[in-house]
Amino acid sequence: MTERLPVSMVVNGVPTVAEVEPRRSLVEFLREDLGLVGAHVGCEHGVCGTCTVLMNGESVRSCLMFTVQANGAEIQTVEGLAANGELHPLQEAFREKQGLQCGFCTPGMLLLALELLGENPHPTAAEVRQGIAGNLCRCTGYQFIIEAVLAAADRVPIVVGEPA
Amino acid sequence: MPAVREHPTDLKWIGKSIPRIEDPRLLRGRGGYIDDLVLPRMLHAAIVRSPHAHARIMGIDAAAARQLPGVVTVITGAEAAELCDPMPDFGPDPARHTWRCLAVEKVRNVGEGVAVVVAESRHIAEDACDLVEVTYEPLPAVVDPEAALAPDAPLVHEALGSNVAYTRKFDFGDVDADFAEAEVVVSDRLRWHRSGGQPLETVGAVAQYDPGTGMLTIWENSLSFTSYLFLLAMTLKVPANKLDVRAVPAGGSFGSKLWAVKAAAVAGMCAKATGRPVKFIEDRVDNLSNSDHCGSDRVYNVELAAMRDGTLRSLRIHVVDDYGAYMQFGVGHHGNALAQVTGPYRIGSISYELQAVVTNKCQQGAYRGFGSEVNNWMLERMVDLLARKLELDPVEIRRRNLLGKDEFPYFIPTGNVYDSGDYAEVLRKALELAGYDQWRAEQERARQEGRYLGIGLCSCQERSVFSATEFWFWFDEPAAPVTSMPESITLSVDATGGVSATLYSCAFWGNSPETMVAQLVAEQLDVDPTTVNVVYGGSNTGLPATGPGGSRFTVMIAGAIEGAVGKIKDKAFKIAAHLLEAAPEDLEWREGGVSVKGTPTSRKSLGEVAVMAHLFKHSLPDDIESGLEAGQVFDHPYTTMPSPDRSDLGVFYPFMGHACHIAVVEVDVETGAVEFLKYVAVHDCGTLVNPRSLEGHIVGGTAQGLGTALLEQFVYSDDGNLLTQSYFDYLLPSALEVPEVVIGHHETPSPYTPYGIKGGGEAGRMMAPAAIASAVEDALAPLGVRVHTLPATPERVLTWIEEAQGA
Repeated sequence: MTERLPVSMVVNGVPTVAEVEPRRSLVEFLREDLGLVGAHVGCEHGVCGTCTVLMNGESVRSCLMFTVQANGAEIQTVEGLAANGELHPLQEAFREKQGLQCGFCTPGMLLLALELLGENPHPTAAEVRQGIAGNLCRCTGYQFIIEAVLAAADRVPIVVGEPA
Repeated sequence: MPAVREHPTDLKWIGKSIPRIEDPRLLRGRGGYIDDLVLPRMLHAAIVRSPHAHARIMGIDAAAARQLPGVVTVITGAEAAELCDPMPDFGPDPARHTWRCLAVEKVRNVGEGVAVVVAESRHIAEDACDLVEVTYEPLPAVVDPEAALAPDAPLVHEALGSNVAYTRKFDFGDVDADFAEAEVVVSDRLRWHRSGGQPLETVGAVAQYDPGTGMLTIWENSLSFTSYLFLLAMTLKVPANKLDVRAVPAGGSFGSKLWAVKAAAVAGMCAKATGRPVKFIEDRVDNLSNSDHCGSDRVYNVELAAMRDGTLRSLRIHVVDDYGAYMQFGVGHHGNALAQVTGPYRIGSISYELQAVVTNKCQQGAYRGFGSEVNNWMLERMVDLLARKLELDPVEIRRRNLLGKDEFPYFIPTGNVYDSGDYAEVLRKALELAGYDQWRAEQERARQEGRYLGIGLCSCQERSVFSATEFWFWFDEPAAPVTSMPESITLSVDATGGVSATLYSCAFWGNSPETMVAQLVAEQLDVDPTTVNVVYGGSNTGLPATGPGGSRFTVMIAGAIEGAVGKIKDKAFKIAAHLLEAAPEDLEWREGGVSVKGTPTSRKSLGEVAVMAHLFKHSLPDDIESGLEAGQVFDHPYTTMPSPDRSDLGVFYPFMGHACHIAVVEVDVETGAVEFLKYVAVHDCGTLVNPRSLEGHIVGGTAQGLGTALLEQFVYSDDGNLLTQSYFDYLLPSALEVPEVVIGHHETPSPYTPYGIKGGGEAGRMMAPAAIASAVEDALAPLGVRVHTLPATPERVLTWIEEAQGA
């Protein structure tokens, strides 16, 4: 267990080099080694989606991935959304629509929604519902999350990987 | 009865859906949850859990685990019993069903902890768990609550002598006479299976012990019942004034973090034993199998007596409740049900017989509704059954029995009071929003096409703001006075006029305590709510507090704020009077400062007053001390003692919310799947502080109620193995299962609370199971199906159809 492997990746635009145990999950690496605690651990078996981050623009379950699998990748976490102290338009829409309550699923939901809007900039409500169905929220019943994603889509083009 | 309040009508901030104060940090991933907390030299704990439902622990060999590099200590259950006293337990007779942070001698459910490993990392701790050798002697398990009543059933707790932890029958009013006069009686057996809050964040704690001072500090994502934390100090064998529990925001609770002190006890014990900070965070399997917070698990046998015109007369309820292995909250869940047992209806008498049994399952705790949501479902199922028997429309039978808005305050047979309401208006709004008549016509058409479309309706109560009487009125001895269940706040105005509010319970569980406080303070001091700084104090030096639960927080904190603002204003008036050379009675609060009445330009802002108070006391009258700060404890505003013979339970849950939900579904009789065509929820929880945030609770609670109604169940095999140990098996509703909820409000202010606010946090889950069960049954009415069990999974629906067709 003491064997360590070198990894290198770009996290929220910052080149990052480290040595990790082979079994270290990506979410542990982000949270504990980099202090990016916005990715949360909810179920550790890939169902709830609170650990969702974007890898090369695609959503992944960071609890189910080993850090070494992200070697060479670009990772985006919730900490990479707000820029210069300003919330990203998607975050702003979540705030306005109260698309969150406890906030635990929120970082994963934001990143999933960002991916969705990247692929489909003007989704219907049904498409948003389908698009976020892979992540669980226990507080909101999803309704205001869907309203928030639709509101964000109406405002500005969303480009995955670019802060506001 | 408290005095009736006059509520102000010219409100500036109350009633506005301002964006929540909590959200900017949560949206940035900076929630500050328990697992985000890292202390220097912190260790990590993992728990060795029982694979058996019921077994004697013959021996534990932890030698190999202790030798693993990185392991600091292993504490077995027997060793923990030396380090800690039993867990705080509000159960009927704790000595006869002793609950400990780790099992000793025998395990009583799958997942119960038998040892804890403390190591340099969670990985190493879990590696070491695999090296702990536990020798078990398996015992027969008791899983079914009715089987647990059998005289030869295996005993979960030998000291109890049976598996019945509590039994009693209460009669309120003349039940036999009402049944004798009744023209029709319907009866049924109803089964509500166990589900749970399942917040996406599990329970966790970080503890730090200072041997130099003897101080034990615990950060935990539950700090409810703050005033009772001396009990946790007793468990951990530290003086109560040497325990400081610090509130950490919770990533959801829904009741399941209410008094969740076992994680705190484990972390605290390990910190004391190792002298280093220790973090213990449940993983999802820990949480699913052993969180101490399963919801109700009930078998009802009910009789409802009525007249032929549909007038309800009396109810006889017999309920067996499966509490699982321990009884931490006693039978408070049924006390909760008794707060609104007759629903929104005029029912003259009631008999309530409870058998609380223990079995080899995870113990019950709290889940949004705390047992009264089950009562709502049971009552609505019976009213629907009566309507069907009398061939009355479900709307009509409710109209004939709903309490009128002029009948309040209304005392129900148990003695609890309903403060106010307008149930007919809520029903009218819901029918209008749903387009009820059109759906009945649509149903007619659908049936001709061979489609199974159903309309379900419920009229349900949501009690709010408990006093803890419900936990103890079950017992003649020991008697206790009524409990005040206080909530507190300290308001501080700094030298620039900035306002800070300190809360003393773990108020943030996903609700909006900071937003509520900011809006209420803004209303009363006439400041911008976004400028109010809300912080959380520790329990050690804090004012008495209780925390959220039972839909109490907003009402109670509003009372505390009212008092604290009053004190701040009194002092500000004194100071301003001196500065303005005016009499205090000639001054008024205006635009966030003090002005001379009729001369608004002659004024001192809050900042001008505050700087004098902070720095220049010697320029002020002698009786003014430096500073501008006020604390206020607000006690339950309306609670009364039960009668000695318990024929009257007193007032213990007086601020009565109400809602009508209407669900329109189509059932696929080939697959058993239920599809929603419409969902309407109209709620009345008094004056709304932030309508949008309440609506969020309504939709979220409805989604949880949908889970309870259709998806969620902790399933145990006959030998007590938990078959739903992951989210692959325990199904939480996703966005594809939850329909859009059309929300309506009606506001009947409470006469007895600040601004007329009532609680609404459990909204949705209190109603949705009743509405959905009703809709599924209505859809399958042509097949003669009765929905007597939840969740109505596809498998169950198909079985019911088969049974009905075979009958």
